[in-house]
Amino acid sequence: MAFSGFRVVKEALTGHKGWGPLWRNPEPQAQYDFIIIGGGGHGLATAYHLAKTYGKSRIAVLEKGWLGSGNIGRNTTIIRSNYLLPGNQPFYEFSMKLWENQEQDLNFNSMVSQRTIINLFHSDGQRDAYRRRGNAMHLSGAGGTLLSQHELREIAPFLNYDNARFPIKGGLRQERAGTARHDGVAWGYARAADRLGVDLIQNCEVTGFRIQAGKLQGVETTRGYIGAKKVGVAVAGSSSRVMAQAGIRLPIESHVLQAFVSEGLKPIIPGVITFGAGHFYVSQSDKGGLVFGGDIDGYNTYAQRGNLPVIEDVLEGGMALMPMLGRARLLRSWGGIMDMSMDGSPIIDRTEIEGLYLNAGWCYGGFKATPASGYTFAHLLATDTPHDTATAYRLDRFARGYVIDEKGVGAQPNLH
Amino acid sequence: MLIPHPLLGLRDAQEFTYLGDATLLNRPDPQSETADAAFHDYVYLRDNPAGVHRELWFHDAGDRSWLVVTRDTTTHEILGAELARDVKLGITA
Amino acid sequence: MTRLSNGLIDRSSPLTFRFNGTRYQGYAGDTLASALLANGVQLVGRSFKYHRPRGIFSAGSEEPNALVTVGRDAQTEPNTRATMVELYDGLEAYSQNHVGPLSHDIMAINDLAAPFLSAGFYYKTFMWPKTFWEKLYEPMIRRAAGLGALSGLPDPASYDRGFLHPDLLIIGAGAAGLISALTAGRAGAHVVLADEDSRMGGRLLAEDGIIDGIPAIDWVKTTLDELRSLPNVRLMTRTTVFGAYDHGVYGAVERVSDHLAATNGQVRQTFWRFTAKRTILATGATERHIPFANNDRPGIMLAGAIRAYANRWGVSAQRKAHDRIAIFTNNDDGHRTADALSKKGLPVLAVIDARPDAKSLGHYQTFAGSYVSDTRGRKGVNTIEVTRDGQSQWLECGVLGVSGGWNPNVHLASHHRARPIWDNEKLCFLPSGAPVGMSIAGAARGQGTTTQALADGQHAATNALYELGLPVQSHPAPVANDEPSNVAPIWHMPSRKRAWVDFQNDVTVKDIKLSHQENMRAVEHLKRWTTLGMATDQGKTSNVTALAVMAELTSQTIPETGTTIFRPPYTPVSMAVLGGGDTGANFRPSRLTPTHEWAKSLGATFVEAGQWMRAQWYPRAGETHWRQSVDREAQAVRANVGICDVSTLGKIDVQGADAALFLDRIYSNTISTLKVGKTRYGLMLREDGQLYDDGTCACMAEGHYIVTTTTANAGAVFQRMEFARQCLWPELDVTLISTTDAWAQIAVAGPKSRQLLSRVVDEFDLSNTAFPFMSCTELTICNGLRARLFRISFSGELAYELAVPARYGAALMEYLMGKGADLGVTPYGTEALGVLRIEKGHATGNEITGQTTAAMLGLEKMVSTKKDSIGAIMSRRQGLASETRRLVGLVPIDTNDPVVAGSHLFTTTADQNLKNDQGWITSACYSPHINSAIGLAYLENGTDRFGEEIIAANPLEGQSIRLRVTSAHFIDPKGDRLRD
Repeated sequence: MAFSGFRVVKEALTGHKGWGPLWRNPEPQAQYDFIIIGGGGHGLATAYHLAKTYGKSRIAVLEKGWLGSGNIGRNTTIIRSNYLLPGNQPFYEFSMKLWENQEQDLNFNSMVSQRTIINLFHSDGQRDAYRRRGNAMHLSGAGGTLLSQHELREIAPFLNYDNARFPIKGGLRQERAGTARHDGVAWGYARAADRLGVDLIQNCEVTGFRIQAGKLQGVETTRGYIGAKKVGVAVAGSSSRVMAQAGIRLPIESHVLQAFVSEGLKPIIPGVITFGAGHFYVSQSDKGGLVFGGDIDGYNTYAQRGNLPVIEDVLEGGMALMPMLGRARLLRSWGGIMDMSMDGSPIIDRTEIEGLYLNAGWCYGGFKATPASGYTFAHLLATDTPHDTATAYRLDRFARGYVIDEKGVGAQPNLH
Repeated sequence: MLIPHPLLGLRDAQEFTYLGDATLLNRPDPQSETADAAFHDYVYLRDNPAGVHRELWFHDAGDRSWLVVTRDTTTHEILGAELARDVKLGITA
Repeated sequence: MTRLSNGLIDRSSPLTFRFNGTRYQGYAGDTLASALLANGVQLVGRSFKYHRPRGIFSAGSEEPNALVTVGRDAQTEPNTRATMVELYDGLEAYSQNHVGPLSHDIMAINDLAAPFLSAGFYYKTFMWPKTFWEKLYEPMIRRAAGLGALSGLPDPASYDRGFLHPDLLIIGAGAAGLISALTAGRAGAHVVLADEDSRMGGRLLAEDGIIDGIPAIDWVKTTLDELRSLPNVRLMTRTTVFGAYDHGVYGAVERVSDHLAATNGQVRQTFWRFTAKRTILATGATERHIPFANNDRPGIMLAGAIRAYANRWGVSAQRKAHDRIAIFTNNDDGHRTADALSKKGLPVLAVIDARPDAKSLGHYQTFAGSYVSDTRGRKGVNTIEVTRDGQSQWLECGVLGVSGGWNPNVHLASHHRARPIWDNEKLCFLPSGAPVGMSIAGAARGQGTTTQALADGQHAATNALYELGLPVQSHPAPVANDEPSNVAPIWHMPSRKRAWVDFQNDVTVKDIKLSHQENMRAVEHLKRWTTLGMATDQGKTSNVTALAVMAELTSQTIPETGTTIFRPPYTPVSMAVLGGGDTGANFRPSRLTPTHEWAKSLGATFVEAGQWMRAQWYPRAGETHWRQSVDREAQAVRANVGICDVSTLGKIDVQGADAALFLDRIYSNTISTLKVGKTRYGLMLREDGQLYDDGTCACMAEGHYIVTTTTANAGAVFQRMEFARQCLWPELDVTLISTTDAWAQIAVAGPKSRQLLSRVVDEFDLSNTAFPFMSCTELTICNGLRARLFRISFSGELAYELAVPARYGAALMEYLMGKGADLGVTPYGTEALGVLRIEKGHATGNEITGQTTAAMLGLEKMVSTKKDSIGAIMSRRQGLASETRRLVGLVPIDTNDPVVAGSHLFTTTADQNLKNDQGWITSACYSPHINSAIGLAYLENGTDRFGEEIIAANPLEGQSIRLRVTSAHFIDPKGDRLRD
């Protein structure tokens, strides 16, 4: 049943009796053409695009917990396409274009809100680097504006301009960036995929791969063996664990990123703002909560929780940048496990095992990539060739020396 | 977190910076015929286990020792800490 | 108006306060909530979504409804729970989330539209037309967002942080916490006892029980007196332990002066980090309610809260003295409230008990097997409908207490993601899998009577003492007079009307049903679809009830349906205090150079360079634009002599028999061939082969080298060298120490630098033959001052760097200024330094970005293939080896045009897109020697393209500028000057 304002009114007047399940709870079949491991944003988007864009059928998504229980359900909801390097920028711009039609494509309001992002800079060197990046954005059609301090004061008068350890000199703004309702993205893809016949199987953990002569046959799960012609792994945070079952080591470490939300407040922050000299970024949700975060904790972990030093660091940054936040209260903090890759960029590629495909290494930036990640991973699964915008995300780029290192910090994941 | 420094006792983890898997002690032989592949594995590939992990921490705001800390990545329980130098030289406590 | 005669308030200290501008009176010891109730104020706020009238619901930190804004202007503190605000004289509070007066909120129209605002409705609509989301729908939704408002003004308060390392941290000072503290304190343990309340005693303050034959209140007083006498026990009231972290670390916030009318110079709050060997969690329990139709009206409260207001604050929750009070319950504890109220002479209508076999425990009516099926009263309950066996009657009632049993406060025990376990007898979740070192005592683990809590607290403390290796003395635990409460599994009352589960976010039983109907059944789906438990109370009074309702719908047990995850903080914490007060210019420490004060005295402008503050330029009288100062400084260096503090460069002292071998492995080029008294430029790669840092390496003596690094990488290079020393090659005889802060280093640059230095050094031959380019030495200056001299040049001129112990840096600078006055000696700052190095084509962080290779700087020969060094192997990978971009210089074809760093380079005919991108401008400046802007850039095959015209595209700022490619060495490309 299609969602619409008309339908909401009709149901309201008839006691909401007509709303059906957002998706079915199917039993797993014995064999599929495509299995996607991971019912997070990327996995669900991949299944959707396999069915919708590439016309494939006999598709299942296997999810260990509940749909959307991965990092799609625990992030700070930022979407943007303001990258520097040619391996990244066209991909994220493709993603942004998909975001711009998300609701209409999925018939689900995931509240994509292009409310702008501003990356602040605090030195001439940083300004030059942002100018280089802003120009890369323009050259890929993503747009952007270099703001002076004067212009910033108009937009964000509440920033600390006059008594700062690292004075704000200006900012790089991307007007088309913004936020989306993270859970809504997962649910939108799940519902749309389900309507196209994709089996979304929850509480189904993959426990092993069945491989014969270098060719994948299917997967062992907590709900039995399921055969498949092709299997795509999209389990960011757990990629190393899952791929280890196929004997593959990855250029990835798992780290925890903490995120934070304040109590609900009347709107005061216009878009997304990132601090260039401290580890802090913030936006305000449509419910009024300030959603913010900073650095990863910095040590390998699967514990989905962080520690105090990063909390202090983030809040120090927040208070230094926006002293008006002092009387707001932190409501909730949480931790998500990130696939921190060795160059800070993702992997969308085939593997050495025929029929096994990998989508991993999203670091803390996977949310904004969800639509394009699903699209391009589906393209790879369906056609066995990389999508034009994802050609750089090869697994062998590390061996061949074609890393995509936006920060220029090298093979140390906790610095990315 | 608290790290049991073998010389200084329990120290707050905030005094340290983290590098990564202790296999970084095992830099491959650059003369080897397979040096290219070995260095690729050394620099880029990680077991990244969910469970016991031996890892390198630098006592930056302390005595500047590099430590090999054994820690469970699912619970953060610390099972031991040694001087990396001793580990590399094969000196066991 | 409804003040009783008892209570722990100080009637000799009346206080006045204002709520929504109206003046009221309360007493010291009141909370804002108790004082409002005492003044007959029931309506205090509006709910989030439907703007329903709401009153005070609880007496503690779990309060979902009574959120107010306290204070004005920069002191404005929104979303403050009235139940946790201590009254002070002059307090001003305002209700939130309404348009127009609180009693006539225009937004209450949302309540009429409620059928259209069902769970998740916004996911199903607002999609057409596409552009309307940002323009119309979202602004509309955002107008309704949030509860209170920030002032938008900087928080003027100050904050502090503190650290304590107790043997035993006890969280919660109720019966279990107090006896734990007493037991451990008597045994000599260092104890911190922290409680979120302003007064210790916990639930004992709200009851009228007896402990060891004396009133519980007196037992609390005696216990606290003894605890205060113990020097090893620290009592911390107003201190909320908000999170449990690894290895016994707990975060806590103490509200130091929030409760005072004037702070008297004290900080507002302190952020404590407790590192505890052992912890006892004694956080008690929170009462839950039972949803029924229209159960959210002001005057409908938790039964235990009504009892607490009566006992502790001497307040009845009635608006008027004759208003009747009813209790709706499924357990014995509800009866206790009725009993306590009737004993105080308050008009108890009845206890409406859903249990068919319920019996009265005192002198009041009990309607067994009955429930409240509806209520009326627009701004406060005035009538309730009581149903029994399908028969209903409406009864007048001004206050309705609800008790659905008590949930242990297991939050902190579950912060490490352990799931609590359902207890089918006690009908609650009990803690399980608590963090290492934590034990749980009292009502927090279902030991809910005072007697149980006392015994359990003492037991927990005894165990902790044993584990700490401290002597244990056994005392019999005190005994109280209360009995366990029997509770029945009755979770909500059926109705076709709305029955609220989560009050603040307006989540009703209907929403849970709809969530079930739409297959959003997993607990996390339920929460996220309906927003249940997401409000400022984080579901303290609603989560378990919601689980029970969902369990009923799915015909599963509660544990099968799920548990909730508890995340820090336990209750919301001020963002300012977590920042610890290090704001503004104190956000991060500032490192000052040895000549900082000297530069300041000359009126220098300073710039942040990482952690450092460096002199940027030294303006002189008459200079009105920074460029005038910078041009003059740069010209002085090229024409005469300039001096510049370069102490911020990292300096690492390397010594040992194997120092040369070690440095060969650190640097990509060879160091071991360097002779004593010589300096060499060196490159460091990362192990992945990318260019990492550059600097000089000076051989001061056999086995003694001084390595310099860039300012930005000083710490990281030292760390990497220690890694190499300890982790890769510990067998080498080499030691390292950072001496960055020990030496002041002054660049003396320009054709007259030798002349100037000759006036400073003691008996030292500075001639080109005796001390040629790239020499280094130890020497004395100024009649015996130990110094180091390096003949190295960043500017491209004849130049030296002179190092003296840091404390002599400023004196040396002044001395050089005096000695060089006739030579035109000129101090120069980082801007002129930048101009000089760009003119010379020297790289800095703008060029060495961590993404570049040695070859890009034209330095591929410095990566030796004859020896191993860090990064050598990986630098030969295809992607690095095939890199074709090279450092070049750029000058504008029209000399009036600017050169803009960050522009991308294109051939004159190419379409400007990423595919045709040929490089970018890394650095740019105005060169007073070329008389135009100049720049450095990485350009594809750049060194083969000198003379070519290219386009610098800066579409970001609408610029497109024609430039000529040149050598990166604008000045003295052969290097004659620096060798002169």
